[in-house]
Amino acid sequence: MEWYAFDTWIVLTGALSAGACALVGSFLVLRRMSMMGDAISHAVLPGLAVAFLITGARSSWVMFAGAAAIGLLTAVGTEWLHRKGRMDEGASMGIVFTTFFALGLVLIARAADRVDLDPECVLYGALELTPLDTVALALPFFGEADVPRAFLVLLAVFVLNLVAVAVFFKELRLVCFDPALAATLGFGAKRVHYGLMTLVAVTTVASFEAVGSILVIAMLIVPAATARLLTDRLSTLLLLAVLLAFAAAAVGHFAAITVPVWFGFADTSTAGTMAFVTGLFFLGAAGYASLRRRLQTRSTPIATL
Amino acid sequence: MTGGESEFSEIFVRVLLLRDYNTRLVVLSTALLGIAGGVVGSFLLLRKRALMGDAIAHATFPGVVAAFMLLVLLGGDGRFLPWLLLGALAGGALGCVAVVWIRTATRIKDDAAMGIVLSVFFGGGVALFGMAQRMPGTSAAGLKSFLYGNTAAMVWGDFLLLAVSAVVVLVIALFFFKELRLLCFDEAFARAQGWPVRFLDGILLALAAGITVVGLQAVGIILIIAMLIIPAASARQWTHRFGWMLILAAALGGASGWVGSTVSALLPKAPAGAVIVLTAAAIFLVSLLAGSDRGLARRGWRARKLAQRVERQHLLRAAFELLEEQNADPRTTLVRWSDLARRRSWTAHRLRRAATRAYNDALVNKPEADGFQLSDRGWREATRVTRNHRLWELYLIERADIAPSHVDRDADTIEHVLGPDLVRELERVMARQGGGGGAPLPPSPHPLS
Amino acid sequence: MKQLEPQSGRWANDATHGAEVPLSVHDLTVAYERKPVIWDIDLDFPADAIVGIIGPNGAGKSTLIKACLDLVPRASGEILVYGRPYARQRQRVGYVPQRESVDWDFPVSVLDVVAMGTYGRLGWLRPVNRRSRALALEALERVGMADFASRQISQLSGGQQQRTFLARALAQDADIYLMDEPFAAVDAATERAVVEVLRELRKRGRTCLVVHHDLATVAEYFDWLVMLNMRVVAAGPTADVFTNENLRKTYGGRLTLLSEAAAALRRGGPA
Repeated sequence: MEWYAFDTWIVLTGALSAGACALVGSFLVLRRMSMMGDAISHAVLPGLAVAFLITGARSSWVMFAGAAAIGLLTAVGTEWLHRKGRMDEGASMGIVFTTFFALGLVLIARAADRVDLDPECVLYGALELTPLDTVALALPFFGEADVPRAFLVLLAVFVLNLVAVAVFFKELRLVCFDPALAATLGFGAKRVHYGLMTLVAVTTVASFEAVGSILVIAMLIVPAATARLLTDRLSTLLLLAVLLAFAAAAVGHFAAITVPVWFGFADTSTAGTMAFVTGLFFLGAAGYASLRRRLQTRSTPIATL
Repeated sequence: MTGGESEFSEIFVRVLLLRDYNTRLVVLSTALLGIAGGVVGSFLLLRKRALMGDAIAHATFPGVVAAFMLLVLLGGDGRFLPWLLLGALAGGALGCVAVVWIRTATRIKDDAAMGIVLSVFFGGGVALFGMAQRMPGTSAAGLKSFLYGNTAAMVWGDFLLLAVSAVVVLVIALFFFKELRLLCFDEAFARAQGWPVRFLDGILLALAAGITVVGLQAVGIILIIAMLIIPAASARQWTHRFGWMLILAAALGGASGWVGSTVSALLPKAPAGAVIVLTAAAIFLVSLLAGSDRGLARRGWRARKLAQRVERQHLLRAAFELLEEQNADPRTTLVRWSDLARRRSWTAHRLRRAATRAYNDALVNKPEADGFQLSDRGWREATRVTRNHRLWELYLIERADIAPSHVDRDADTIEHVLGPDLVRELERVMARQGGGGGAPLPPSPHPLS
Repeated sequence: MKQLEPQSGRWANDATHGAEVPLSVHDLTVAYERKPVIWDIDLDFPADAIVGIIGPNGAGKSTLIKACLDLVPRASGEILVYGRPYARQRQRVGYVPQRESVDWDFPVSVLDVVAMGTYGRLGWLRPVNRRSRALALEALERVGMADFASRQISQLSGGQQQRTFLARALAQDADIYLMDEPFAAVDAATERAVVEVLRELRKRGRTCLVVHHDLATVAEYFDWLVMLNMRVVAAGPTADVFTNENLRKTYGGRLTLLSEAAAALRRGGPA
């Protein structure tokens, strides 16, 4: 196996995307709204398509904004169906996101001759291609350097999420734990909710090019759930989730270019492997947690005697 | 121009009448899929497991790819549909087992368990797919049709498979109808009655997996989720009876499939799966707005009517009690805004609005600057409302043990709910307490409010 | 029966809601769908008192509290806190929800939860500071839970969870406390601790509204009582309103409850 600068960029980009997802995803998991990540990430398709149809370019701010807006609309629509329509929350999500997704497919199909937007790219990304699209950047000390555009975008989103979580840590914790108390203390649970959903939508859209919209779900949920098995502290949980996400990116890419070779294949999709690796992490953590629990229950009676 | 039009209308007729062999196959299969999806989806929806379809659908992908690779490695072509569907079924089943395992063996909750399974399985599928694409001697490109469905490419064998599977799923669902209904309605009760809840849940999930797998070919992984949720949710807007809901969901699902695939055949570049889902979504939107049981329009109208009625009753009762306190002649005494405002927490605006409404119903004379006067009709109505209210309150006190479930303060006549005998008894109690005897209106049994 | 006479039993003062009245509920009606849950509630709660709210299941006790806190929509009615609308006085009202209302598996420590009581005063953006933590620790000491400060909340017993919630309310330092079933399924030690805290709050001039279900302890714990069954059956000083007659009107023929009440009355409650 040979490792190029190319691979480093892939790992860094994947890690930032995964880390950004893990930060906001932790709160989704704690609020028991994990599937919202799933819904939003599917639903951004028509947003991307419409914005793409309007601007004709693939990496514009319009596209970003359009997709993020649809993502937020999914959250609002789900909430509305759940409250006004008295539907079960899961069903509301399912209705909204599948409808948006279908709309996106029709839009893309209708405009297939004019645009080159591959729904598959939206679904499972093209992390391997991100280093090809670079921006020349003048850096102090390093001089001029070619930095992948996706890396910069994801760096910005990662920092945004980091700052948002740090600044609103108190509010997020309160609203996730006890929304009723939050309301009586004057913190609008709704405002915090939609703020979080906006972050999820922005993160999803920024990541779709790198890891694809479906694999965003893995990064939103699995590192947070894994960390949940290992700690009882919110701050530790967030830190662990981000570290696990970084690790998944590194291990995932490494596995993607080495493991298939053992079986006589070429390499495979890094994003898919990353998602799969987070699953392995989760399995490991689940095994560790149950082992620890078993040891504890075995040792407790002796301790009390 | 005219030639084009006649050509189009000819196509239109051909499609509508299912004259083309291929159209016939596609329309019938999607309609069948809609029917089966509606029935199974109804159970899932009421069991609050709507998104299980999501997890299952995503989990089928690695199954399909793995089955494909296995067959290629064994020297086959790889694109042997029944074998691929078997792989999909295995993947979906494994996904179900994984969700249940995570939920029971760890502290991770339901939603996250589904999210983990769907994303990790799908990720694994994508990784496998990346390898399969570069397998020598065959093309894995056909597997992509499982993502979005490839309705147009259906052949007789596909249709037969879909039809048989749909019928089998329907038969099993109807066979276990009673048990599944019990499971959806009250799991704890079902368990206490000795029903094998786990087994029943397993059947339900197996049915969902079955529908998902046969639907892959027609509408694809992501849109099959819609067929399991949307028709059932639409049906729920029209009825609260379980049996009707199943029938309606099947009908709406079937109609979505039929109409959607027909439209898709008529329009160029409209993928059938997506159009079917959009049709189902349109039906849902109409159901949500106009549904006869839970529809928004109907509920909104009911709520508005109720609010107006309660407001009118509040106004009349407040007016009555004011007049009663002053021992005044209702035909000549003005009910003052200021007195009313103290009695109710309403704003002046709301008070005026209520009075105007009452004026439109001829319950009060034209509101004046200081207040308003009850009309004859208004006085009679106020008397009736107040009497009913007081009887209800007495009923709550006398029959507090059974009260809450019976109280319907909005009922026009208390006799309809409680029966004339009970009302006469309450009147007797009230007369005894208040000493009013044969007064037209019994005194209030508790402080006026 | 006396307090049920027209006019004398009307607790809301028609003309003025004095600014000294900590909490005044006027013309409150709450309805879910078609069914009214509580209706025509008019109450002025007294200052520095421990007020019990009792009534059968489904009588709307929790709903009354939640409606006061704007947590459920009101069909009509206004809530005044010291003479001003609740929305502008949130800080002065503390809330102790039912224990089951939150996820006790949430990754926070006891101190974290108690410090949440101070969030209202901190406002948006300001992080939890040393002062908040000190206040939280002090509140924990007052409920006898200081040793548990760094525990994760999933490791607490039911009684300890209740005390944590109580400490959180203390940390908020409100003037009025609304408590939803703080005595539900707690151990005897916790029950004593809660009562002590309630009495201390009363001594400091606070008003506590407590939703309660155990008739045996009503006379002992509460100065003032609201007997609720969809509407107010009776409200006033416990000695005046906690009578057999009112109990029958509140609970009707629920035999077990009635005999329980009779036992309570025999044990020295007012008859």
